[in-house]
Amino acid sequence: MAMKAIDPQYTADTKYALEVRNVDIYYSAFRAVKNCSFGMERNKITALIGPSGCGKSTVLRSLNRMNDLIAGARTEGEVLYRGQNLYDPDIDAVQVRRSIGMVFQKANPFPKSIYDNIAYGPRVNGWKGSKAEMDELVERALRGAALWDEVKDDLKKSGLAISGGQQQRLCIARALAVEPEVILMDEPCSALDPISTLKIEELMFELRQRYSIVIVTHNMQQAARASDNTVFFLMDKEDRAGQIVEYGPTEQIFQSPKDERTEQYISGRFG
Amino acid sequence: MADQIRVNSDPRAAVTGDSVKPIDLRKRPRIGEIIIQTMLYACGFISIFTTIGIVYVLGHESLAFFASDEVGLVEFFTNTVWQPQIGEFGILPLVNSTMMVTVIALIVAIPLGLAMAIYMAEYASERVRAFLKPVIELLAGIPTVVYGFFALTFVTPWLREIFGRDVVQIYNVMSAGLVVGILITPIIATLSEDALSAVPSGLRQASLGLGATKWETAIRVVVPAAFSGIVAASIVAMSRAIGETMVVALAAGASPQFTFNPFLPAETMTGHIARISGGDLSYQSIDYNSIFAIGLVLFFMTLILNIASRMIVRRFREVYE
Repeated sequence: MAMKAIDPQYTADTKYALEVRNVDIYYSAFRAVKNCSFGMERNKITALIGPSGCGKSTVLRSLNRMNDLIAGARTEGEVLYRGQNLYDPDIDAVQVRRSIGMVFQKANPFPKSIYDNIAYGPRVNGWKGSKAEMDELVERALRGAALWDEVKDDLKKSGLAISGGQQQRLCIARALAVEPEVILMDEPCSALDPISTLKIEELMFELRQRYSIVIVTHNMQQAARASDNTVFFLMDKEDRAGQIVEYGPTEQIFQSPKDERTEQYISGRFG
Repeated sequence: MADQIRVNSDPRAAVTGDSVKPIDLRKRPRIGEIIIQTMLYACGFISIFTTIGIVYVLGHESLAFFASDEVGLVEFFTNTVWQPQIGEFGILPLVNSTMMVTVIALIVAIPLGLAMAIYMAEYASERVRAFLKPVIELLAGIPTVVYGFFALTFVTPWLREIFGRDVVQIYNVMSAGLVVGILITPIIATLSEDALSAVPSGLRQASLGLGATKWETAIRVVVPAAFSGIVAASIVAMSRAIGETMVVALAAGASPQFTFNPFLPAETMTGHIARISGGDLSYQSIDYNSIFAIGLVLFFMTLILNIASRMIVRRFREVYE
């Protein structure tokens, strides 16, 4: 069975790196997210915000088919990437994840050396280069994640032996090493102290030049200061399904929201 | 209601009021508590006393064996002939066949058990796993005499069919080793499955999120992360194989000989102890004492394995928050 590869030559001049159209996501019979449509602009940071249980992480995980790993999870509708629907039956989820990387809530470095953590992705993706080229790739990924100067002398040290903030940047570097186009971040700073958080936010601004970033965050201030566009999710009280209330440029969402519920949420009246 | 509020409104009344009895906070003896505590303490120490007792008996009888004029310590560990009838006491043939059975068993059991564990932990659905794990554990509950019979009446004829009747003897090490391998597979499978399942799911997600397949994730991330548990499982299984008696007594034969040919009969340490102690040897004879010396060697072999297992688990265990 030939899997349709994602066409690397595709350079459609679309505004969006990823676009979600009429997506409904189910966990078995329960509809967790409904009628979801929005676009994620190229080389921008899109923040998904909303109270717990509103489906924002579920939507994020649908963008690189991580929901496939949950038994009973099902996605209806279209997620468009390079002109293709990622949920077409002939799209290979493993290939999708090579182009759309992910950084998780809890830093999860492998119990391997820092070097091997970075080299893992390229290796499973059929790396053919020399040792020197791999050294270069590891350095580039670590520099890209602003971690190189801190760990360059300890590349053999276990990825678990560095601080929490460093571990999270290691995970970002690991994602960069496979050279994805889009990076999904699921509350990447929720377990970090303010200084580490700031470092990651600065890093996101730098990464934006080369990647498109989608970030789920609980932290209003973070969404306000570290994103270009914001999508606000809320749970429909009747059927408990998450849905989009409003989305647009972050400035507009935070300063002149159109929907009353958005205004209430960002001003901290609930959630 | 109004009553209650009035009482609560002045809490000092309870302390200062004359009608309130003073509370006795002095220590008092609790006999029942002490008895229970002592009994539990004793139970805990029974295992230690049992071990000490076993070591004492083994050591005492072995001492009688080594003290006799017929045998020396060096001869015991280097002579390749074990024939008590003519005064030849070299333990090597017995150790050698024990090690052959164990190695054959591990060659069967480690790949098979690990494959089962990987399937159960990484691939099987919740329902399949809920069914499979008890079945595999049931396999571990089959009496070993049944396994021995299985070796003798099924595996041996099958081996003789394949390799030829003149090559494979009726009693042979290979048959016993293969069946001991099947016997210890559930140990490796269930203990390794526990180790694999204990690997945080975040590691799997990280790997899959980088575009690794399920198999790459299992082999390159999950198995290395559970390495210490898998090694410990293998060592527990190895101790079990070394100590296994019934299968080898039935299928491997009753003639101690020093050979590396797995198709020939050979007697393991445990098989020999079982045969001799079941026979009508008189107490205090040198033959009788010899089995205690073998037992002592067995004891130390499994003891060393246990210690090694603990050291490996400590050395390679990954600590996650």
